[in-house]
Amino acid sequence: MDGDGGGARGGGGIGARVRRKEDARHLAGRGQFTSDIRIAGMRDVAFLRSPVAHARVVSRRAPAGADLLFLDDLTGVGEIVTRSSIPGYKLSSWPVMARDRVRYVGEIVAMAVAADRAAAEDLAERAEVEFEPLPPIASCAAGRAEGAALLHPEWGDNLFLHSRFDSGIEAVAATAPVKVELDITCARQVMHPMEGKGVVAWWDHRAGMLVVQTSTQVPHLIRSGLAEVLGIPQAMVRVAAPDVGGGFGYKCLLQPEEICVAWLALTRKAAFRWIEDRREHLVAGANARQHHYTLTAYANEQGRLLGLDAQVEVDTGAYSVWPFTAVLEAAQAGGNLPGPYDFRAYRAEVFSVATNKPPFAPYRGVARPGVCFAIELTIDAIARAVGREACDVRAENLVPGSAMPYVNVTNKHYDSGDYPASLATVREQIGLDAFRAGPARDEKGRYLGIGFATYTEQSAHNTKVFAAWGLPLVPGYDQAQVKLTPDGALEVRAGIHTIGQGLETTLAQIAHSMTGVPFENIRVTLGDTATTPYSTGAYASRGIVMSGGAVSRAGEVLAGRIKAIAAHLLQTEAEQIEFRDGRIHAGAASLDYADVGRAWYLRPEQLPEDVNTAGLEVTEGYKPATDNGVFSYASHAAKIAVDPETGIVEILDYVIAEDCGRMVNPMIVEGQTYGGAAQGVGTALFEESPYDEQGQPLASTLIDYILPGPTEIPAFRISHSETLSPHTAHGIKGVGEGGAIAPPAAIVNAINDALSGLGVRITQIPATPERIRAAIAEAQA
Amino acid sequence: MKPAAFDYARAATIPEALAALRDGARPLAGGQSLGPMLNLRLARPGKLVDIKRAEGMRAVALSATSARLGAALTHAEIEDGRIEDVTRGLLPHVARGIAYRAVRNRGTLGGSLCHADPAADWVTTMAGLGATMIARGPAGERAIAAEAFMLGAFTHALAEDEMLAAVEIPRLSPAARWGYAKINRKTGEFAMAIGMAVLDGPLARVVAGAVEGPPALLPRAAAALLAGETPDLDAELAERLPHLPPPERKLRAVALRRALAMLSEAR
Repeated sequence: MDGDGGGARGGGGIGARVRRKEDARHLAGRGQFTSDIRIAGMRDVAFLRSPVAHARVVSRRAPAGADLLFLDDLTGVGEIVTRSSIPGYKLSSWPVMARDRVRYVGEIVAMAVAADRAAAEDLAERAEVEFEPLPPIASCAAGRAEGAALLHPEWGDNLFLHSRFDSGIEAVAATAPVKVELDITCARQVMHPMEGKGVVAWWDHRAGMLVVQTSTQVPHLIRSGLAEVLGIPQAMVRVAAPDVGGGFGYKCLLQPEEICVAWLALTRKAAFRWIEDRREHLVAGANARQHHYTLTAYANEQGRLLGLDAQVEVDTGAYSVWPFTAVLEAAQAGGNLPGPYDFRAYRAEVFSVATNKPPFAPYRGVARPGVCFAIELTIDAIARAVGREACDVRAENLVPGSAMPYVNVTNKHYDSGDYPASLATVREQIGLDAFRAGPARDEKGRYLGIGFATYTEQSAHNTKVFAAWGLPLVPGYDQAQVKLTPDGALEVRAGIHTIGQGLETTLAQIAHSMTGVPFENIRVTLGDTATTPYSTGAYASRGIVMSGGAVSRAGEVLAGRIKAIAAHLLQTEAEQIEFRDGRIHAGAASLDYADVGRAWYLRPEQLPEDVNTAGLEVTEGYKPATDNGVFSYASHAAKIAVDPETGIVEILDYVIAEDCGRMVNPMIVEGQTYGGAAQGVGTALFEESPYDEQGQPLASTLIDYILPGPTEIPAFRISHSETLSPHTAHGIKGVGEGGAIAPPAAIVNAINDALSGLGVRITQIPATPERIRAAIAEAQA
Repeated sequence: MKPAAFDYARAATIPEALAALRDGARPLAGGQSLGPMLNLRLARPGKLVDIKRAEGMRAVALSATSARLGAALTHAEIEDGRIEDVTRGLLPHVARGIAYRAVRNRGTLGGSLCHADPAADWVTTMAGLGATMIARGPAGERAIAAEAFMLGAFTHALAEDEMLAAVEIPRLSPAARWGYAKINRKTGEFAMAIGMAVLDGPLARVVAGAVEGPPALLPRAAAALLAGETPDLDAELAERLPHLPPPERKLRAVALRRALAMLSEAR
């Protein structure tokens, strides 16, 4: 583990609960998001989208003189093709607008350009497009059926990937005394950042450059992707992300809309924008989470899990997203299903099925809310089969702290932590023992239950993991730049972006710890390819580990240079220099950072002869030496009440014991956890984007797609442990996704606990009132 | 998601609004349902007449037996008690459960009634109270019983050249008791089921709401209530709501039982 640099502690350094730098503008409503940007002469774009799920485009015509474009009008634009070296993976070619076919409702057919959005929508309506219907594939079962219509006829089937893992399970299957079988379904969801997608693009005549301001998590990746699809040099493209109102994975992808709007700016040398509306978002974008599991688990009579045999289907949609492919979800599902449990016999078969739905996007937790739901329901089912308390069975199956570091059956390297301890904490805090001694129903007649879930969150997985998947872009060394200004303030620049996770604050905290420059004098600039060093961006819970590590390293180097100049000014040795209380000390003498900055920039006659000529500006790269991911983890416990007459679930209490290594700012860890867990409540109880058999989405507004509101979110109680990672700077692990992983499992386990006396088993999320009422009616029939 | 172009006029008086309706305009009040429908281009009127500031549309007239509320009064004004409540707390209780505060600030009583969403609150509440809808048209005023106002999902009894001007709500006596149970998935969401009961001396009304059509009055249940007997809700619901599948009817029965339980709690 690296040290904490120059000895600056407290204040705003690593571990401090400082308020976010971002809050001043956001709480005052003064953030600048994509739709706040105004460029002179800017025109609005609206897209005409397919009303049918699967069809041949027979003809298309625009009224004479209308600024209405089809694919053929976009000269020089390539298709979105996302390669991967995973054996058996099939490529899709995704045109930015329909070529000869449409493959989902909402796929772009035409682009209308006008002075404002309403006029552009008027224009889009005037396109004349004739479709000849093809049989729609609206489910995994339909896609895998014998003789099914093919989305991509050249494939020969509808599978992006059919992957297998087998450590050998026959011996366990033949001898295990306990066998449980489960059929588990997770709904298709649409992730909901408060701000949808949006892009503004224009031509900068002075720079000779295409400028794209886009709501993205990954500006440097988008530059590479745009340049490739538009066929222009990357140096001709500047991509910058303004304030981003949440991403959750939807905004780490290259979008067809970004390409279309950038093409307009590139070819017409003017300004254009597209701002996604919520209906487009619900119908055409941000799809995630839809899994189906068929599981057989084997255990001994005490409920010790011996083996797991799994079939997983992922309803992957029509195309492979760039750069993360259509099969990241499947890889994560098959690889992470064993969860935090210690067992060695595992077989998994995963089908990534192409369907006539929008492309599957990685959503906070990527596959893990589904696999956590599946394995945690399995643990509870085993406990019921052997007649024991599920929490006890869970504790005995978890990888024990004494086994760390632990390599699991799918070769995940769990680096540190004590999983059973986190479970014991939530068991105590939710009051399981007292609850078991108390009444099973409350005064309103509702059934009460407690459920648990424990998970690991692989965070900051980097080169080793992504290279194995052979994706178009493999993350390596994240870079950051630190620069002391002439008046002694610090500028930090990194190519990652802050999308609500507070990196302007936490990176400043790390920089403060390393250089001693007062927290309030540190300014962090992110997410602009013209002004920040390269980073693949914000995804996979990697920001604080990777960019944080880069800032730490750059800060450490800069600290050495500051010390060298300061030592000369104070007529002492660099080893005698100490950073404390926002100043530079050597014994009784001290300097301001401005004295050092002034010496370098303005009074070079004061500098030592042997001064480092690279100056007070340092760019460094960082990745952990072991970079196949560091594992945060947590246990969640939910206490709920189920109204058997209405099927409505109320969350009475919810506790979380989490460990993400060293916390740079505990308030931000808590904020990430609250936000993720709130989304997890949505997954558990509310959110669903159903499709009919024709592939028509049935939830196209927020009247039909129910998001939890403030009154549906419980007051989560969080406790922390800090088991440092042995692999990363400062022992930090990622924490961006974890909160979203466990709530469906904990809540549904609690529902099943509550309704166990009625013989009800819910194995489908969201656990809606209708489903719960139907399950009760079925159990009573 | 921007509306197609439309003309907009603001009526200063009800006759002015009626003239605009004759001219083909459609009425706009708080816009909390119409606004989204315009944006989604599900509604494409060529012309809108804004009626919420027309004279009399926000008037309140109290008498010994009733309150006449202008149709453009907002849910929030009812919730906050800025209008004298003649229903012993029922109207503010219902108002508080409508959507969320931003919608209640703009959404109007009359607009919600005329939108005639079966799962909305006021259509059921007014039927349960035995309120009277006051329509204004070219021939003057016309009274329509609340239970006859909604004809089906999103359709009402007003003619194209009429508008809803006011709602006359009977004053409940100090001895009155009411129950209103709304079952919904989240706070402020449209109802999955509504049950409502009012008992005031010789008057009893029981109504099932959010039934995919007009709210269903249950006279036998009301009679049982007056007689102090337990109503056979399931049988009457099966008769009144044959279009609903049995589990859906069961949910309305649950809402009704909860509303009836509120009556006895208030005793």
